[in-house]
Amino acid sequence: MVDFSNDTFWTYLIKAVLIIVFLLTSVLLAIWFERKVVARMQVRPGPNVHGPFGLLQSLADAMKLLLKEDITVKAADKFVYLIAPMIAVFCSLLTFAVIPFGPQVRIPFTDFTTPAQLTDFPVAVLYILACASVGVYGIILGGWASGSTYPLLGAVRSTAQVISYELAMGLSLVSVFIVVGSMSTGAIVDGQTDYWLILPLFPAFLIYVISMVGETNRLPFDLPEAEGELVSGYMTEYSSMKFAWFFLAEYINMINVSAVATTLFLGGWRAPFPISAINDGMFNEGWWPVLWFLVKMWLFMFLFVWIRGTLLRLRYDQFMRFGWKVLIPFALGWIVCVSVIRGLREFHDVNLQTVGVVIFGVALVVIVVLRFLPEKPPPAPAELPGSGADGVFDPFAAGYPVPPMPGQKLPPSPRAERRARAAIGAGAPSPTAPSSTTGKDDDDE
Amino acid sequence: MASGGEAILFWCVAPLMVLAALGLLFARKAVHATLCIVFVMICLAVLYVAQEAPFLGIVQVVVYTGAVMMLFLFVIMLVGVDASDSLVETIKGQRFAGWLCGLGLGAILVGVITRVSFPEGVGLATANLETNPVGLARILFSDFVFDLEVVGILLITAALAALTLTHKARLTARVGQKEMADARVLGGKSLVPLPAPGVYAQRNAMDVPALDPHGQPIEASVSRVLRVRGQERGAPLEGELNLLTELKASSQTPTGPERAAPDVDPAAPAETEEEH
Repeated sequence: MVDFSNDTFWTYLIKAVLIIVFLLTSVLLAIWFERKVVARMQVRPGPNVHGPFGLLQSLADAMKLLLKEDITVKAADKFVYLIAPMIAVFCSLLTFAVIPFGPQVRIPFTDFTTPAQLTDFPVAVLYILACASVGVYGIILGGWASGSTYPLLGAVRSTAQVISYELAMGLSLVSVFIVVGSMSTGAIVDGQTDYWLILPLFPAFLIYVISMVGETNRLPFDLPEAEGELVSGYMTEYSSMKFAWFFLAEYINMINVSAVATTLFLGGWRAPFPISAINDGMFNEGWWPVLWFLVKMWLFMFLFVWIRGTLLRLRYDQFMRFGWKVLIPFALGWIVCVSVIRGLREFHDVNLQTVGVVIFGVALVVIVVLRFLPEKPPPAPAELPGSGADGVFDPFAAGYPVPPMPGQKLPPSPRAERRARAAIGAGAPSPTAPSSTTGKDDDDE
Repeated sequence: MASGGEAILFWCVAPLMVLAALGLLFARKAVHATLCIVFVMICLAVLYVAQEAPFLGIVQVVVYTGAVMMLFLFVIMLVGVDASDSLVETIKGQRFAGWLCGLGLGAILVGVITRVSFPEGVGLATANLETNPVGLARILFSDFVFDLEVVGILLITAALAALTLTHKARLTARVGQKEMADARVLGGKSLVPLPAPGVYAQRNAMDVPALDPHGQPIEASVSRVLRVRGQERGAPLEGELNLLTELKASSQTPTGPERAAPDVDPAAPAETEEEH
């Protein structure tokens, strides 16, 4: 646990204000960053007019949102319509209270040392999950209070999505708890002194990364605000400042999950390997760790943008099936593996190398056995549409044109045959054809 | 009694909780009542954390507020969004009996609670010696491990029962996206989205059918609901259009021929080009 004995009411207050300032400026930067990176990926310049590199564009957008007319739709439930965006923003601001930016730091020009973290307690990671799950109320209430169909559908989708992906996320975090033996963020970062948890717990890291994209409603999982289907989902009837709050909450949530992933799997504020070995860990002390933390966090933000620039939106049923039938069973199986290994080491005095060798051996045997198993025969071609009775592909089976499936071959087109014949027949006498072609035709004949 | 900070927190949170609980009783809309419960639950969690039980407090928010109440809200929103309770008395004297029972219960509770005296709590420091979750885990997984397993089995049984009761055996093959597309093609249905109403016609409205290239109205472009209700407005027919042009021509006689002339001009060079 981190030592907070020096902290007073004023240090807590200053840290809290600093965190809010950090989050708000990060959001402005993140919007600019996302637009710029996505633009680069799509080979266009992106915002580049206002300020150096277009940095002031998001500030201008924010001002525009503040100054626009605030519309409250007639069918809205006024009170809930008003508090929904507030709930979303408030809950997203809470998470950073337990995120460690660094170890004990000395305030410049004083002898006062304090942890670069607002607070920490034994159930800090659960607290993060709790904040996220209350934050969903903002979305669902906003969708309901708008009194219109698209927002309601978006809200329902969002709730189903966040509940199911939060399960997978929680399960992936359980393996971190088992390995470190604590749920406090400070203790988890301390537990990664020797190696970062991404190495032993890579499957859990994968599950976390997938479910964090689902949790923040980002592409390819942005079904609650799918433009092509739901206009913009739960935010459809919101405008001006209230819309800006939802927007703010979404971006703060992205920063939150990135920071949590950094803390739990990438060693938090610890310097990456070759740097951490320099001069007895000089770069793991003082203010340096804040830099490493921010670099790792922004790597995750880049990952978000990269995914957005690469993948298409999933269909809703595919998305739900993936969450419940792939992610959650996989996460459960992984937890069983981690607890078995942990239990063996705890109670039977087996060292890690033996466990590693056994796992490697079992994996090898499984691979070898799979290699010698007979392969599944390919599906019978008779089932494919377009295959005629004699096994020849019929491009007009059942009266409409069908493309050849893998394994089927398109017969030579009769039109191509006719064209070739016409070219040969009309080759020599054609007056319009260039002389070189006619000469070649003459040679062929 | 508790320390100063805890007492201040209690006296701030408790009245709000009571107000929210009353809101649950008197709220007209089900969603508002649900919101009140959520507020009470979160305040309760705050009090748990203040009383050195952080695990209980946070888990209360994650499980009850985050999952259980969310599902409640889900169902309320989908099933009875605008349903309000009926105030008709179905059983005679029900309201009177209700008030009587309520008052009796209130009297008993007041009588008991005013006489209660709380002794100083003991054992908190030892229980939370190795942080609260670890202390809790030691008790749960040593003294109460059998009870925990039984509760786990009970919950899994309930989940399985829910699955079994709602499971429906599939009698026919599953109809997927591909099968539906195949059926569409075989049935000779339109493969593309239906034409939008009115956009290509003279007017731009929901209830006016679009016109095809021959100028005939396309029936399917108007919403089926409007057609069934008989709210469809007829497309401007040829006669109507002729009438319209005649009217235009009569009102603006001098501009008529001049407007027609440029229509001929672009056609003329095209014809000459073809002759070349």
